[in-house]
Amino acid sequence: MSQTNDAFAKAVPLDADSAVSVRNVSKNYGDVEALKNLSLEFPRGQLTSLLGPSGCGKTTLLKIIAGLLKPDSGEVEIEGKIISSPGPDRSFVFQDFALLPWASVLRNVAFGLELRGVAKSEREAIAEKYIKNVGLTGFEKAYPHELSGGMRQRVGLARALAVDAQVLLLDEPFSAVDEQNRRKFQEDMLELVRGENKTFIFVTHSIEEAVYVSDQIAILLPRPSRVSEIIRPTSFRGTGKENIRRSPEYLDIVDEIWASLRNYVE
Amino acid sequence: MNRSLLLKLLSAVIVFGAWEIAGRVPVSYAFPTFFESMYALGVMTFDGSIFTAYAETLKPLVIGVAISAFFGITIGLWVGLSNRFEWLFSPIFVVMQAAPLAALIPILVMAYGIGLTSKVFVVCIMAMPVIVLNTASAVRNTPASIKDMGKSFLASDRDIILKIVIPAASPVIFSGLRLGISAGFIGAILSELKITPTGVGDIITYSRSIADYPSMYAAIFSIIVLAVLFLNLLERTENYLFEGNNRGYVTD
Ligand SMILES: Nc1ncnc2c1ncn2[C@@H]1O[C@H](COP(=O)(O)OP(=O)(O)O)[C@@H](O)[C@H]1O
Ligand SMILES: [Mg+2]
Repeated sequence: MSQTNDAFAKAVPLDADSAVSVRNVSKNYGDVEALKNLSLEFPRGQLTSLLGPSGCGKTTLLKIIAGLLKPDSGEVEIEGKIISSPGPDRSFVFQDFALLPWASVLRNVAFGLELRGVAKSEREAIAEKYIKNVGLTGFEKAYPHELSGGMRQRVGLARALAVDAQVLLLDEPFSAVDEQNRRKFQEDMLELVRGENKTFIFVTHSIEEAVYVSDQIAILLPRPSRVSEIIRPTSFRGTGKENIRRSPEYLDIVDEIWASLRNYVE
Repeated sequence: MNRSLLLKLLSAVIVFGAWEIAGRVPVSYAFPTFFESMYALGVMTFDGSIFTAYAETLKPLVIGVAISAFFGITIGLWVGLSNRFEWLFSPIFVVMQAAPLAALIPILVMAYGIGLTSKVFVVCIMAMPVIVLNTASAVRNTPASIKDMGKSFLASDRDIILKIVIPAASPVIFSGLRLGISAGFIGAILSELKITPTGVGDIITYSRSIADYPSMYAAIFSIIVLAVLFLNLLERTENYLFEGNNRGYVTD
């Protein structure tokens, strides 16, 4: 555990550089208290995971940040502005991909730009570039039902990247993807976070996944929903993606998180 | 593609073969064989009477189907998008769908006479409810996640309707159209049999009255062929418009 405490000690002061601030947000669905007075800071240029058992309000929080849901109270500030609706500064990757089944890969990837009124040739050129980045060159004319789950999520990712938003919101993006593809995705996420200067908010219920990809892990607990702990791995970030899973700090953090979550498993 | 064509031909041969045999047995003195009926159809084609008949029958059919498709889809979209309209309109179309048409025809004739208007009404009463109800339920069942996707990528309400809701609903809208158009064909013939005998309905009534059963069956057969051709055309249109939606269902 000492290494984790170490991690806390070395952590950058939060107020220094937050891209997204969630302050005292509460949200009820009828009688269900999905979020209660939740506050959390998301450092710029880093990947923050929201980790917790299902039903603890991760999707609700992400949709509030996206502007798709209104909180009952509290506020979300992005780059200094309080938001109340979706905006060009955020883009979303959906758990079930949310692709248009009647549109080709190219049109799906370009769809965010199409909605922003970017001219066809221009948006298709941009889409081509991101299709290449996510490794789907040659599938531009394919339709979603012709692709595997992993490839569909690559389309979803390319669509989110193509609009060049500062904040990427990913809701369990790899949970409907097979294990091999998921590992490849996790490695790609690391490169993406390093390569793009964007803030990633990443929802997952997998402890290993969260520890593997995150700069900061916020552990959410249900009933009432709250942030119970914030963990920042430090030592293995620079060690190369092959070595992360062998690093002692990685293993310690996984154990520690499991210890705090095991009481909440039904 | 070739295999499905082969299967279609095979099923046609089986159906027509069964018809021919049933006509030869004969099942009823009023049931002609397949070849007798085709011969009668040939005669009507060459003397042109079938074309004159369709010129008459297609009028209420085309007008009625066009009205039903346009207003049916529009009202269906409206009903599907707003709870208030659902409450207001849905019962009307459910009742319309369940109403016995034969009982309504005398009322229509009293109100609108025996001309084209009444016939168009009959076609609409047959065709519209299923179009409205299918469209409304398709719109209501648009997956929430693709609507959320649209909103998160800054779609306007108009974009959401035009680029997400309508394309997503299109398979069910088109199946409503197919059912509605089939029902419209029935309505057009029914109106010619029940209101005033004109067009194809006249051929049926007249040839029955002089016991020319091959001509009567030829007329009925031609309607079915026309309906199938029309539905195929509709399916082509749908596949062309929304290619990725096509998971390979066929109607014919
Ligand atoms: N639209 C909704 N209506 C009612 N209850 C909801 C709705 N969405 C989520 N909930 C409830 O709110 C809680 C949090 O849900 P969610 O944010 O989806 O959790 P998570 O993504 O962490 O699994 C759950 O108990 C869920 O049942
Ligand atoms: Mg969720």
